[in-house]
Amino acid sequence: MATEINKTVGDNVFLTTLDAAASWARANSLWPMPFATACCGIELMSSAGSRHDLSRFGSEVMRFTPRQCDLMIVAGRVVMKMLPVLQRIWLQMPEPKWCISMGACACSGGVFDTYAVVQGIDRFIPVDVYVPGCPPRPEQLIRSIIDLQEKIKSGGTYNAREFKLRILPEGPQRFDEDELIRIRERNGLKLEPPTYDPVH
Amino acid sequence: MDHLQSRLNKELPGFFPRWSTYQDQTRVVVPSEQILVTLKACKKIGFDQLTDITCVDLLEYGGSEDRFEVVYLLLNTESGERLTVKTYLNEPDLTIPSATQVWSGADWLERETYDMYGIIFAGHPNFKRLLLPQEFQSFPMRKDYPVKGRGERHNFPVITRAES
Repeated sequence: MATEINKTVGDNVFLTTLDAAASWARANSLWPMPFATACCGIELMSSAGSRHDLSRFGSEVMRFTPRQCDLMIVAGRVVMKMLPVLQRIWLQMPEPKWCISMGACACSGGVFDTYAVVQGIDRFIPVDVYVPGCPPRPEQLIRSIIDLQEKIKSGGTYNAREFKLRILPEGPQRFDEDELIRIRERNGLKLEPPTYDPVH
Repeated sequence: MDHLQSRLNKELPGFFPRWSTYQDQTRVVVPSEQILVTLKACKKIGFDQLTDITCVDLLEYGGSEDRFEVVYLLLNTESGERLTVKTYLNEPDLTIPSATQVWSGADWLERETYDMYGIIFAGHPNFKRLLLPQEFQSFPMRKDYPVKGRGERHNFPVITRAES
């Protein structure tokens, strides 16, 4: 059928699905919300600068209000006092929206394995692309944006199975079992080795 | 040090604090109920700047009988002399008079010391946590507080894609 229409209208019209057209438009006009809390923010600024020039990929319009953005770039460590702010900003962004977790601290807490630093923002908000590095170079961030564009272009309307996946929390579980402190508290702060019976 | 000691002792009738020096640093140890009198006397003899207030947790520290050591670092901006005033506190009574009436700059220093160690400064005009959230329960710089915390960093709601 498509070929018959092509014969009729020539090269003036091309056919696609509405999902693909919308995804194509979304992927090439990402408006990032820079949530920069640490040194990764410097690399984020550098990638938007003239040398690396993020605008070649259609995502240079940084906006500092979440209501105008559709991509949140979390660059830097997030402490427990900042996480409610991060979640609130994420909820204020209109759909459709995506999130890039930039750097080791945003992905996993990095070297800051302390009481105050959240061990990866993916425990509490959904993340689309992770960028490793401490801090990542601007080329890595640009690569992550290209990957995110591929992800957006391959997406579309959600079927029931995909929607069910969306309501499941992503990332690691809320309380992981290998936390030493939880084991200690469960044992009443006594670290006694478990007794094994060698016979049975 | 002798000159400083005689000057300060003249302002402090009735008790004699313990003095010591280490690498040209002069320290004076006073009981916690005398700390405000001592600080006022220090200001009177010329120590006009309060550099810092901090605390040391001496739990499991060798040879120590007391738990907390509150440290005041003073500076005489005219002569360049420095003086360290120390006092000791033990649980359950971790209350010490506030130094805000002597130096206004003690405000945030005392709030930070409370935030991290739980030392209560009585008479402070705005006594609450400085750095951590107000609902935080523990005092993280104490030695019996685990480095990874007691689960505060995990205690948040999880936002899924469908909810956002």
